[in-house]
Formats: sequence, C-alpha cells, structure tokens
Amino acid sequence: MRNDTPVLHVESLVVETTGTSPRTILKGVSFEIHAGETLCLVGESGSGKSVSSLATMGLLPPRSLRATGGRITLDGESLLEASAKRLSALRGSRMAMIFQEPMTALNPVLSVGQQLDEVLACHTQATRAERRTQVLEALEQVHLPDIQRVYQSFPHQLSGGQRQRIMIAMALLLKPRLLIADEPTTALDVTTQHQILALIRELQEKHGTAVLFITHDMGVVVDIADRVCVMNTGEIVEQGPVRELLGAPQEAYTQRLLAAVPSLTPRPTRPVTSQRQVLSVSELEKEYAPPRRLLGFIGKKRAGTRAVDKASFTLQAGRTLGIVGESGSGKSTLARCVMRLIDPTSGTIRVDGNNIAELQQRSLKPHRGRIQMVFQDPYRSLNPRLTIGQSLIEGPMNYGTSRAVAMARAKELLQLVGLPSDAIERFPHQFSGGQRQRIAIARALAMEPDVIVADEAVSALDVSVQAQVLALLDDIQQRLGVAVLFITHDLRVAAQICDDVLVMQRGRIVEYGPAEEVLGNPQDSYTRQLIDAAPGRTWDFAACAPVA
Amino acid sequence: MFAYFVRRLLAAIPVMLVVALAVFLLLRLAPGDPAAIIAGDTASAAQIESIRVALGLDQPLHTQFYLWISRLLQGDFGTSLISQTSVMGMITQRLEPTISLALAAIVFTVLIAVPLGVIAAWRQGSFIDNLVMSVSVVGFSVPVFVIGYLLIQVFAIELRWLPVQGYRHLADGFGEFASRLVLPALTLSSVYIALIARMTRASMLEVLKEDYIRTARAKGLGERLVLFRHALRNAGVPILTVIGTGFALMVSGVVVTESVFNIPGLGRLIVDAVLARDYPVIQALILLTAGLYVIINLLIDLSYALTDPRIRY
Repeated sequence: MRNDTPVLHVESLVVETTGTSPRTILKGVSFEIHAGETLCLVGESGSGKSVSSLATMGLLPPRSLRATGGRITLDGESLLEASAKRLSALRGSRMAMIFQEPMTALNPVLSVGQQLDEVLACHTQATRAERRTQVLEALEQVHLPDIQRVYQSFPHQLSGGQRQRIMIAMALLLKPRLLIADEPTTALDVTTQHQILALIRELQEKHGTAVLFITHDMGVVVDIADRVCVMNTGEIVEQGPVRELLGAPQEAYTQRLLAAVPSLTPRPTRPVTSQRQVLSVSELEKEYAPPRRLLGFIGKKRAGTRAVDKASFTLQAGRTLGIVGESGSGKSTLARCVMRLIDPTSGTIRVDGNNIAELQQRSLKPHRGRIQMVFQDPYRSLNPRLTIGQSLIEGPMNYGTSRAVAMARAKELLQLVGLPSDAIERFPHQFSGGQRQRIAIARALAMEPDVIVADEAVSALDVSVQAQVLALLDDIQQRLGVAVLFITHDLRVAAQICDDVLVMQRGRIVEYGPAEEVLGNPQDSYTRQLIDAAPGRTWDFAACAPVA
Repeated sequence: MFAYFVRRLLAAIPVMLVVALAVFLLLRLAPGDPAAIIAGDTASAAQIESIRVALGLDQPLHTQFYLWISRLLQGDFGTSLISQTSVMGMITQRLEPTISLALAAIVFTVLIAVPLGVIAAWRQGSFIDNLVMSVSVVGFSVPVFVIGYLLIQVFAIELRWLPVQGYRHLADGFGEFASRLVLPALTLSSVYIALIARMTRASMLEVLKEDYIRTARAKGLGERLVLFRHALRNAGVPILTVIGTGFALMVSGVVVTESVFNIPGLGRLIVDAVLARDYPVIQALILLTAGLYVIINLLIDLSYALTDPRIRY
C-alpha cells in the first residue's frame, strides 16, 4: 500500500529556543511517513517528540521556540515557508492532531456539537444542516453511543475515553492526509486505551491516513506501530520497522530503553520475613453524600456514591501490597481513607494495632507519623519555596525532634535515596522529576513510618527513571523493613514490585491474593480483562522477541 | 438552578435582618441621647422629649425594633429630620440618575476594557500591551475629579460637543438624557476600565496557556475565533465578579463624579445625610446598599452558571 511520495517528510529539522543565547532543541531530525502507515516517535520526556509534532503543525509557541533549519513537507508543500493563513487552512483539513489529555483538550464552555461544527464552518462552505449531518456521522464513526445526546453535551459530562473519541472524530472530520497523535492514550485506562488504539487503526485503514504517533510507552508501540523512530535529546537515535527494531536494537540507548520496560510476568514471591501486622483494614466504607436539593429533607433519602465498599486487607512489615484498578475504581479514595486525609464512613483501620478510623484530629496526631505518603506528581508535591532540608525536617520537628537531630537525619536520608548531601540546601526546581520523587520518598521516611502509601508514585516518570525509583523502594524496604501500599494503574509496575495484589472495580475488591496468582492466573473476569488490555502483551521486552 | 436561587433568596433574609439590627442599633448606640443629638444644640428639654416620643424612644428596645421593622416592611422608612419629607420619596427621586450613571459607566467599561485586555494578552510584551498597561496605571492613579474636569475642558468647553454638567430625566427625551450622561459615565468608568482591562489581560493569559486553545488552533481556527469564542468565555468568571462588584460600588458611592457634574444622585444624598446627621435617611441608605450587594452577588453567582456549563447549583 505504500507509494513513493511520503505524506509527511521532515528533513534535518532544527528547532531552537528564542532569545539571546538559543539552545538547540531538535538537532537535525529527519523522518518520513507514507499514506496508511503509522510511525511511532518514542523517547523519554525532553527528547523532542512533541516539539517535532508541534513544528509540523506550525504550533510551536512563538515566544519560546522556532524552527531555524531543515524542511517539513506535507504532500510536497513546504510548511516552514507557508504563511500563517495557509497553515491555518491546512490545520484541521489536511493535517490534524489529537492530544494527550482529553480532559483539558476540549473547551469546557462549548458543547461538543459546536466544537466539531466550527471545524467544518471554517474550512468548508457547507450549510448548517449539512454540517450537522457530517458531525453526527463523524460521531457515529468513532462508535459513540447516543450521538444526538453527545452532540448537545458539554465535555465535562463525558468520560475521558468518550472525550478522546470526540477528539479523534474532530481530527478526522475532513479526512486529513496526516494525523498526529501526541500520547493520545497516556491519560486513559488500559481498557479504554485498548479501544482507542483499535479505533485509530480502524479509521486509518478506512481512510488511508498517515499517522505520526508519539508515545513513551513501549507496549503501545508494539500494538500500533509500523515503523519506529527512537529519539533522545533532540536527535533520532535509531529507526526501523517495529519488529526489527524491537527484536534487534542496534543502539545502546534503545537497548537500555527496552530493558527498562517492566515485564508483565510477576516476579517470584519473596519469602515472608516478618509476621508483624502493621496495617489492617476491615470493612472500610466511604460514601459521598448525594447533592442537596430544595426541600431535600422531605421524602425519600437519595442514595450517595459509594466510592469504597467494604474493603478489607492486611499488610505485614517489609511487604508490598499493590492496589490496582482503573480510574474511578476507588483506589485513591481507599488510600486517602487509610491516611485519614478523608474520613471513612465506617469500618476500622488498624495501624500497628490501634484503630485510627474514628479518632479526632488531636488524638490522631501521634499515629500520623506511622503512616506516610508519596504522591504521584513530584513537580507539585514539594513546596517550591522551601529548601529540600526544610521540607525534610518539617515533619520530625512537628513531633518534637530538635532541629540539629532532624537535619543530621535528613542528610542520612538523602544519602539513602541516592542524592548528594549538598542537595539539602537546594530548592525543588533544581532537581529532575526522578530526583524529586527520591526526595519525596526521603520526606516520607523522615517520620520513620511503618507504612508508606505510594499513590501512583512512579506513573509520571519515564521508564528508565521509573525502574530506578522502583529499585530504590525495593532496596529501602529490604534495609528498613517498611511496608508499602502501592497504588497503580500499571499492571507491569504492579507485577514487578508487589508481593500481594488487590484488584478494585467500582469501589469493590474483586480479587485479592499473592501477585503471582492474581496476575499470573486471574480468577475474576475483570482482572482478566485488565490483563488482556495491557498494551504490548504480545511482546517480551526482556527477550527481544514475541511472547511464545 | 431555580432551587439554588430560592435557597439564596431565603439565605438573604437573615443577612438583611442582621444589617437591619445593626442599622437600628446605630442610632441607639450613638453617644448621648439620640433625641438630643437629633434635636440639635439649641433645643429645649420639651422639644427633645417630643422627639423622643415621636421616635418611640420611650418604649423598650425590642418594641422599638419591632415597630421599626414592621414599618420598614410596609415600605415606610420614616421622615427626614431635615427636609421633613418621606425618606422613601427622597431615595426614589435620586435613584434614576445614579442607576443611569452606573449602567452607562459599566457599559463603557465593558466595551472598552474587555477588548483592550484581550488584545494586550494576545500580544503579550508588545507595544500595544505596554501601552494598555501604562494607560491603566494612569487610570488608577489620576483622581476621578481631575479626569472629570479634563473631559469637561476638552469635550464641553473647547469642542462644545457635549454639555458641561447637569442631569435630565429620561422622560425629558433620550438625546438630552444621553448627552449629559456621556462625560460623567466616562469619568466614573476610568478606574474600572483600568481595573478590568488588567483583570481581563491576566485572566486571558492564564486561559491562553490551556490545552483547548492549542486544540482550537490545531483545528485551523482564525485568531479572532480563538480569542473571543474559545478564550474569553473561559476567562469570564473573574471578570464578571469585578464587573458586578464595580456596579454595586458605583451605585453606593459616586459622590465625586456626581459633584463634578452636578448630578442629583444617591452619592450626594448620602454625603448630605451624613453631614446633617439625618439618621432616618442614613439608615435607609445603608439598608438599600446592603440589599443591593446581596442581589448583585446573587446575580454574579447566577451569571457564572450561564458562562460556564460546569457550574451547576
């Protein structure tokens, strides 16, 4: 199906920052995509994947980045020399783009119908009625249910998966020659991701669209790519057909990247080292009250939303319990209840034998130190105005440790998490995402807790950094015997770090047991569905070969 | 939404009651005998006593409050101590000039400030942005009466386009009414133009960073649509808040502008009443202003729901 002229041809593209001392962001990037073909750009954050796509669309932020060299041609037409008006005309009609975050990519104050309609209104002469018909057809093509209702809806009334379908419908309305998809499934649950990838494939086959697919997830690459370009620090390190590149990576960087992908096969069960039960939760429930109505106190009481429904589990010192599930399954609510960041409706939470479920703020304080949390986003969980040292000593000092002692301990902790001791004087913005997550772990450890709750603690990190942070958690657990409650949506990560796994769906625990059994031989149909939807499960990254 | 509206109106009742109580006590807690204060320095003991009886001050406090409130509910705000006319009548007379002036000023503000703010944000750091920002500093810092006299000098005295001052009722013809409103409304709006242009710019700068703006550009929309259809409505909530509060401020205190342009509005009534210690008038004006704020706040909250479909009450 490949013909000779590529739909998109990028040749030696150079992008620099604006300003007096420009930095080079893209150092001569070249690739091409033919009709009906999917090219995956893979690489870690900062490698220049998104900049390449934004340069193609002519959407580089004009105040900070500009293309200073090379050529981009779309069907033979040079884009870097095109006028702003011409680029506007091409965007949406000949080349279209879908973005990572379906939650924020649609305008919250305009209805879905309006947002699709304006694409046609600005690129075609169609009448209002014709446009409406076309929009409804497009919504049908992306398999949205009840399209009349969706047409009238506002984005916040739809789920993430539905919004991404709308983005795809919008991008493909005018049957563009090129579709750029920038991490389109990263923010979605695995089962939704699976459906969206299938949808992109289906529509691509139907219309012969060339797809530039940007992702950091090697699993997704396996499922969607025809060819792959590996990028690192603004350069293309290696490119080739997907099977060849994954099967026999030539460059050291590619090899390292592939080796860091966690395997879906659970690691062998570790021997139980301690019988001390540090956390035990039983029959925990959290119900959110229904919205208030006028005269709501009269008549039948409306049911609230049950975010966590009778959850029970136990955790021994030195063990890791994974809580997996899709968004909205209640896993974060459960963690927040256990931390007593929100109040559970009923049930007990025993930390080191003491029930903390119903304690008031004051009597809760002595127990707070026993259980500490590491959050998802290391860029926002550290106070930007405090030095690392101040962040680390704040907790212990609140519990009466003297400043000098707390500071000495903070230095030890930084060493423990693999950071130089001079880090103590510095501020969070001077560190990378991985380093910040190490700091967040050190901050949690400063309280000498029995339990660390890690809520998607490695989800925002690149795979190679993710592997390092997971290894660090493992190492700390060996040395200090701390128990970890590890919340994740990523089954690969769960398989590599957890001793036990608890699968949640709509607030209920559907399966709970040793990781080897739950992930290796799932009993519940929902668990099976999750595992089947995990991207790239047909490929064994460690062996560089398809799964036998 | 309707239920919310009703709930908010009901919630306004205790607020107004507390205000009424405060206003009521204002007179009773004033140092000395209120009747003596009201009667003035030269009054005889008999005169003071008659005032006391007229005000019902010889009754116990709760009876006084009850009587006062029940009269209020019938629309009887009492009689001015100075002019001996009904307070209600004095206020309604002054209402039209003030409301017209405030409305005109708000219209000018929105028409001038919002586009300026949008353009400044769109071309952040450019000449036009710097110009808008510096002019708004001038708008903040030059006293209102200076702007008023400057406008009179230029448009009324030199160019003779508009009358110098005065007020005509709308009933006397729209042309006369409007021509006398332009200069005071522009004067009054100067501070708000500066404020709202800055607010709009700041709010737009936030919104222009959002993903959906990038989506709108990726669709191939022109800049005008991106700015006004996609960005401005999202930037609207803080702007609406300032516009609403601005309107309330204009109605309750535009003394300087009214004085410069010799407009018989509420602002001057307030000043005159305070200077003359005309307590019934002061009480009525405080109640009126409080009620106005309650209503405007409610309208602002309802307008949020109209601009942003995610807000549901």
